[in-house]
Amino acid sequence: MREIDVGIVRRTVARLCIEANTVLPDDVRAALAAAAETEESPYGRAVLAELVENADLARRTGMAMCQDTGMAVVFLTVGQDVRFTGGSLAEAVDAGVADGYREGFLRASVVSDPLLRTNTGDNTPAVLHVEIVPGDRAEVVVAPKGFGSENMSALRLLSPSEGVEGVKRFVLDTVSAAGPNPCPPVVIGIGLGGTMEKAALLAKRALLQPVGSRNPAPHLAALEAELLEAVNRLGIGPAGLGGRTTALALRIEAYPTHIASLPVALNMGCHATRHAAATL
Amino acid sequence: MDGTPARIPVALPLDRAVAKRLRAGDLVSLTGVVYTARDAAHRRLVEGLDRGEAPPFPIDGQTIYYVGPCPAPPGRPVGSAGPTTSGRMDRYAPRLLRLGLVGMIGKGKRSEEVRQAVVEAGAVYFGATGGAGALIAACVASAEVVAYEDLGTEAVRRLVVKDFPAVVLIDAEGSDLYGIGRERYRRDR
Repeated sequence: MREIDVGIVRRTVARLCIEANTVLPDDVRAALAAAAETEESPYGRAVLAELVENADLARRTGMAMCQDTGMAVVFLTVGQDVRFTGGSLAEAVDAGVADGYREGFLRASVVSDPLLRTNTGDNTPAVLHVEIVPGDRAEVVVAPKGFGSENMSALRLLSPSEGVEGVKRFVLDTVSAAGPNPCPPVVIGIGLGGTMEKAALLAKRALLQPVGSRNPAPHLAALEAELLEAVNRLGIGPAGLGGRTTALALRIEAYPTHIASLPVALNMGCHATRHAAATL
Repeated sequence: MDGTPARIPVALPLDRAVAKRLRAGDLVSLTGVVYTARDAAHRRLVEGLDRGEAPPFPIDGQTIYYVGPCPAPPGRPVGSAGPTTSGRMDRYAPRLLRLGLVGMIGKGKRSEEVRQAVVEAGAVYFGATGGAGALIAACVASAEVVAYEDLGTEAVRRLVVKDFPAVVLIDAEGSDLYGIGRERYRRDR
């Protein structure tokens, strides 16, 4: 049994909130810079160049790259031989979010009740996902989620008879309907299978995968490539002003499902698909 | 930028004659005064109008920027300050355009009702680059809360901006750059 004080979790979450909001991951920055070279649309090239400049300015000055510093989605992957000491783990995560958003001059974007809508003032609570795995380490991933893109996400429980064609139609219809709203170029996470909530969580986790990576299953890797190309034929382009670069990446995560269903969820991520990780 | 027209300098508050001359696709550089307002401020503003109250900030002839900025770091007027999705303000915008609002800055699609109200008002819907919050913050010279301070980031602020880069998305004739741009590059048929 390895003991980890929750104070360490708090400080780690705080640091990762600031890092995720001010440092665009290298793979995303490289994809934006590469697209700025190849984009056919002059408006699109101008927007992509602005986004690279924005990311560099944010990194240099410590200012958030986007004012929507998101709702803090925190993934804790905890080894079963870890014991947390010194207080409540969930409270430590929320305290870390409050610290990070205050110290980093990040925006408080969370309301306490979806209908009454009073801002909690410190961006808490986080959305916390905990998974127990073998081992004695704990991995912390903070993925602040902006809602311009979150609002353009969708979930459908298709009939198995709709098959892969149904999945493709759902993805293209969802991206097409979103148009300029989710701040393209987007990163697209797709969850296939499981139950309703499992599909949504798979889609969210798919957003954490590196740009350019592929699902290890050959048929899913092929589907990722086909869908990414199809999305980039829609013409939406950077900032939705028209162009070839609508999505930088598209990743699928899959899980077994029920004989009666083909769940599919699409989680839309903006170009600032932010995440930062640490292992304790 | 090859193939991209040069940016047109535009002073704010927007002169109505200038507003009518701008065309969808024009790249502009905005300098002057804008008022920030997003979801909660629009709701409160319109509820006040329903009760017959005067708006707590000027609307006639002014420009509203749909933004909820990050807190200001030391020595800066605002934190990151890029546009939010305009469509959520569609149910309020036609009413404000009828009160004389002449400019809106945001990102994303507008409803047909808003497009028609833009034409009737001779107004302009500008787009700022979604996600470029740090760059846009660098264009903000000053910020002052003028209404609804309790709303935090959603309070109405009077910003003075300098060389704020934007593009005309919907012009006073009703042309929409999103439709035009996407048609030009789509290969899905």
